[in-house]
Amino acid sequence: MILHELISFELLRVIWWGLLGVLLIGFALTDGFDMGTGALLPFVAKTDTERRVVINTVGPVWEGNQVWFILGGGAIFAAWPPLYAVSFSGFYMAMFIVLCAFIVRPVAFKYRSKRPSPTWRSTWDWALFAGGAVPALIFGVAVGNVLRGVPFHLTQSLMPIYEGSFFGLLNPFALLTGVVSLSMLIMHGAAWLNLKTEGRIQSRARRYGFTAGVVAIIGYAVAGAWLALITDGYSFVNAAVTDGPSNPLMSDVVKGGSWLAAYSDRPWIIVAPIMGFVGMLMALRGLTSGGEATTMLWSKLGILGVVSSVGLTMFPFILPSSTDPDSSLTVWDASSSHLTLFVMLVATVIFMPLILMYTSWVYSVLWGKVTEDDVNANGETLY
Amino acid sequence: MELDVVELSRLQFAMTALYHFLFVPLTLGLSILVAIMETVFVMTGRPIWRQMTKFWGTLFGINFVLGVATGITMEFQFGMNWAYYSHYVGDVFGAPLAIEGLMAFFLEATFVGLFFFGWDKLSRVKHLMVAWLVAIGSNFSALWILIANGWMQHPVGAEFNPMTMRMEMTSFFDVVFNEVAQAKFVHTVSAGYVTAAMFVMGVSAWYLLKGRHIELARRSITVAASFGLASAISVVVLGDESGYDAGMNQKMKLAAIEAMWETEEAPAPFTLVGIPDQEARETKYAIHVPYVMGLIGTRSLTEEIPGIAELVEQAEGQVRSGIIAYDALMTIQEQQNNTPADVMETFEQHSDDLGYAFLLLRYVDDPRNATEEQIVMAANDTVPHVWPMFWAFRIMVGIGMALILINGYFFVRSSFKGMDYPRWALRLSVAAIPLPWIAAEMGWIVAEYGRQPWTVDGILPTALSVSHLSVTQLLLTIAGFALFYSVLFIVEMGLMIKYIKKGPTQDVAVTDEWMAKHEHRLRTHDGNVPEFTPAE
Repeated sequence: MILHELISFELLRVIWWGLLGVLLIGFALTDGFDMGTGALLPFVAKTDTERRVVINTVGPVWEGNQVWFILGGGAIFAAWPPLYAVSFSGFYMAMFIVLCAFIVRPVAFKYRSKRPSPTWRSTWDWALFAGGAVPALIFGVAVGNVLRGVPFHLTQSLMPIYEGSFFGLLNPFALLTGVVSLSMLIMHGAAWLNLKTEGRIQSRARRYGFTAGVVAIIGYAVAGAWLALITDGYSFVNAAVTDGPSNPLMSDVVKGGSWLAAYSDRPWIIVAPIMGFVGMLMALRGLTSGGEATTMLWSKLGILGVVSSVGLTMFPFILPSSTDPDSSLTVWDASSSHLTLFVMLVATVIFMPLILMYTSWVYSVLWGKVTEDDVNANGETLY
Repeated sequence: MELDVVELSRLQFAMTALYHFLFVPLTLGLSILVAIMETVFVMTGRPIWRQMTKFWGTLFGINFVLGVATGITMEFQFGMNWAYYSHYVGDVFGAPLAIEGLMAFFLEATFVGLFFFGWDKLSRVKHLMVAWLVAIGSNFSALWILIANGWMQHPVGAEFNPMTMRMEMTSFFDVVFNEVAQAKFVHTVSAGYVTAAMFVMGVSAWYLLKGRHIELARRSITVAASFGLASAISVVVLGDESGYDAGMNQKMKLAAIEAMWETEEAPAPFTLVGIPDQEARETKYAIHVPYVMGLIGTRSLTEEIPGIAELVEQAEGQVRSGIIAYDALMTIQEQQNNTPADVMETFEQHSDDLGYAFLLLRYVDDPRNATEEQIVMAANDTVPHVWPMFWAFRIMVGIGMALILINGYFFVRSSFKGMDYPRWALRLSVAAIPLPWIAAEMGWIVAEYGRQPWTVDGILPTALSVSHLSVTQLLLTIAGFALFYSVLFIVEMGLMIKYIKKGPTQDVAVTDEWMAKHEHRLRTHDGNVPEFTPAE
């Protein structure tokens, strides 16, 4: 088959780098408010009915939202196999904790209101809290570690060997990015509750969301300064071969210089952090005074800016190695083959618009607030 | 057995996969049964069918969520515990997994929420459409997963690239239309349909025994028995197709299932039961049925099925050929683009056997230094443990046959005997609820245990596929999964039983009212149940 050569290997790699970003952002935007709502649950809702209101705002959609995460994993496996192999086995215990969170969360949604016992329900409420807060934190910690470089190397036969430990992941910079991620998603969850609830829950959500947003903005700014002043970036020694075989060992990489040098090479990427700041600031404004749907949109813009700023700053690096920079995974040497990237692109071009269409339809059917009256009237069928 | 990372990784995968598959078959089948019930409701407008849809839908939901939750583990475990596998075959294996997400799982997961929350928000027809989309989504999901799994059993449409040290896709078409994958798909989803049919039938039979929810139970049995009969037959037919494909492609697996130590004269007999002894390479107390094995494996009376001894001999040749490929590969790695043409040629000639050289890595660091003895040991390693294969297969097939009989019996009673079921049959049906699950788990043991020592048949040995992890890490996660999954299992079973005992709670008044109004049509003049009651 030569059909796939219609699109050059180099371009396909860039497209799939972009699609990886789309999936991660899709995940952060949709499942992000589920996680934020979960993290807010014990604080914004006090009575059982209030808690059910909060849970039922995400009740019908969490399942679809979580697929962004699953599809993200699948796409990394299919399009960036070395990245999948290195990161998932390297961050082993962290991944295990995330897995537990993503297993307990669906079960908690579904089972919580199936028994009347208050102990039963409050146990699941805390499961929802942990299932939201813990992954939100861990994803941020992971991003921080990726920016610093991860201690791993590849053997001659490309077996990934991770040299760090679980506690090594918890360094100050990564904890900072963890806090940014958690607080940003809490803000996003608050924006969602602001849209979908009313009365006491709504006002509590606004209050917590505002605080979280302030933390996120400050944390994001500090992390930027940290990158400028302390953390080293990575770069190629020679000009990269962009359409060569996917073997990371074939290129020479050095650690040194600043990631932020990218902003002088590609000045336009400044758009991303600007979107991050503007989006989050406007979301804060919305949480104090503004409209409900627009606040949600501003919050989405903020997340879009923050997440894409990380990717754009690091391009073409995806997962640098701190102990053996030559093993670093980049856009040019960690992808699937030309044919696989093409096949996957065709599948995405066909199915992604369909997904967006039916997802929007589902959201439009469910449009509107969830109230205490709804919960009391439909006790049987709701979560 | 020494507790090393390979054994522990296998244990964890087996544990989590078998657990995941406790929920999957019911999801596959019940999604369709529920959609069928809702279709009857929309076509006839009779509220009893909506009540049935909602009731079985509730049980579907309790089960579905654990299938989803434990499915995440499956996807992430490849990267976490099988990093070298992920690197080595991700180019081929990852694609169907990702397409599963794009095409199937998104569909199923997005609409399942609306199925439960959308009763008052959607028109009847739209809600019905949602129910079918959930069913189609979950079944497509199985399709792509089994394409991925089929490739592990019969790796087609890919070749090894020495520059990237991995398998790369050469034809997506071949990967998708892999005959093994297609047979496995129909076999597996049919097994799911039977599971759901037996579940619906068993629970309904229990209601009939208790004299509760008669109208719901009788209609449910009618739907389940006909669906279950067709599916049970399909399971066996496609199981036979799988056997035939195994005869073509995975001869060692077939020989192990049959405990066929030596090549038999065609047509080979089928060993009904016996006690396989791996050491002595013989099956004690064997009872044979002449001809049958030859027919299953080759569909001819003249073609021979090779026995284990002959296959080991072949494997030995492949190990030797693999060593030549390995030697050439080392030269290619050193010289990269300057590799002499004759070395490239040698590599291409022998690269199909490269995986066999990797079998030696258990015994020696560099396969080129392997002794004669080690080569023989590596060849012997290609034989899976025979007795678990032998028995798992027989339990699976035995249950499969029994399920055809049970479903057939209930189908006849429901269609031609006025839905009148003797109590012994109802009790049998309740007792038979676990059978399809046992058969399905046995089926996976045959498929995956029988693939050993490979993760990808003939390409990549299991021992080489794992991540660079410590035993401690694995013990932690295994203990974590064991504890976590046990708690979830107890919680799920508790809820399932609670909701079954409770029976239908939604639409009760409207259904009873309709039933009372139409009583005269549903009963004969003397007040008895008529012999031929349509399942209205």
